[in-house]
Amino acid sequence: MRKNEVPQDESNLSKSNVKELCYAVDENGNYTTELSSGWEPKAIALSNSMDDINERIELAKQQIKEGKSSPIVYYMERSRMDLGILSSYVGIWQWRVKRHFKPSVFRNLSDRILQKYAAAFEISVAELKNFKTD
Amino acid sequence: MNTDFTHHQSAHCENGVASNLLRHNGLNISEPMVFGIGSGLFFIYLPFIKVNHAPAISYRPMPGLIFNRLAKRLGLKIKRQKFASESGAAAALDENLRNNIPTGLQVGVYNLTYFPDEYRFHFNAHNLVVYGKTETDYLISDPVMQNVTTLTHAELNKVRFAKGAFAPRGQMYYPIQIPAHVDLKSAIIKGIKATCNVMLAPVFIVGVKGIKYVAGQIKKWPKKYGTKKANHYLAQMVRMQEEIGTGGGGFRFIYAAFLQEASVILNNEKLKELSAEMTVIGDLWRDFAVEASRIYKNRSTQNDAYNKVSDQLLHIAELEGAFFKKLKNAIS
Repeated sequence: MRKNEVPQDESNLSKSNVKELCYAVDENGNYTTELSSGWEPKAIALSNSMDDINERIELAKQQIKEGKSSPIVYYMERSRMDLGILSSYVGIWQWRVKRHFKPSVFRNLSDRILQKYAAAFEISVAELKNFKTD
Repeated sequence: MNTDFTHHQSAHCENGVASNLLRHNGLNISEPMVFGIGSGLFFIYLPFIKVNHAPAISYRPMPGLIFNRLAKRLGLKIKRQKFASESGAAAALDENLRNNIPTGLQVGVYNLTYFPDEYRFHFNAHNLVVYGKTETDYLISDPVMQNVTTLTHAELNKVRFAKGAFAPRGQMYYPIQIPAHVDLKSAIIKGIKATCNVMLAPVFIVGVKGIKYVAGQIKKWPKKYGTKKANHYLAQMVRMQEEIGTGGGGFRFIYAAFLQEASVILNNEKLKELSAEMTVIGDLWRDFAVEASRIYKNRSTQNDAYNKVSDQLLHIAELEGAFFKKLKNAIS
């Protein structure tokens, strides 16, 4: 990559006034650094993964409405976690966390367990219990 | 408390922290040098591990490895500590700052409040330097940021004890001994040799073979997983390759910069030629990213497009296979 080819596209970085450092060659073929405000192929990849997360959140909402899963799934997706990460935050084995995804099991969880989830999601136990599906 | 630390922006966090900490301690070493001597160039494909719901692809070795190898090859001593409790971790850090020691930390990215929201993922192998403390904040030098920043005490505790894969467990590190004279030449040669060996490793998911294997798999993705998932996988691969930290082209440009610097130190013209060759390969990685982004932008299904990026990747793998053989010969 040549110094004058370092991309200066609009991106989520440029919106936050952040620039990243790139390595590129100058006109004499010597390596130097240049700041980049962003690059379109990356911006698209990022927005793709944002869309993916939002879809997962919507799907989780839908499944709670249909009584197929518990609010834990929704908050897990909203916190961009997966089963392994959530399990590690709450300190509960994955197979147990997975069980807690079932509404029937979730209803009977003690406040002590719910508190662990609430802390991981940075919400209150009440918010976790009284999930609004709209 | 405030230590007299100078912040330099870098492309990759671990190189940047290593380079900044060593410069602070009087050893002037650039980011590409840290990366090259620490054998930072790497490739591994782990389809059975999922990151962000896509197969894990890494262009760098395990966190901490670059700095550790660098230390070993230059004869530096680095102290690393992990902690069981948040209070213990905070106390040890404060003690360091009182003793005027800027300290490197491994942290999770998700709660780094100064990052744009879109970049906040559960990724635990980020590195930064804490160089001071006020009543409310810690003073932070995050090498991927242009300027120094701050985190509140609570925020820093949270990122130090992020959970999940590579959980940092409060890990902090700092050089405790730097020899008056370091032997850069032999360190560079060791670093290059190790990189060549790993990139040419006879393991199908590692190095050049790994790139070839991914190229073959990509062709199958649309049929095997459907368009949506295949596009997601491809997008994640491009992110691993190009996102903040790689300096572009999956670290190839940093490595080329290292080879150029090394050619001067070793007085080896061949390395300069190879640096230019690596730049060309880096550009091909960028082309691959552009082509891949077209696929996931259009959400297209054409198998043709997947075959095309697969062929591009295969071509890169072949070039790199030849490249690392030449590189190995150039230094032996």
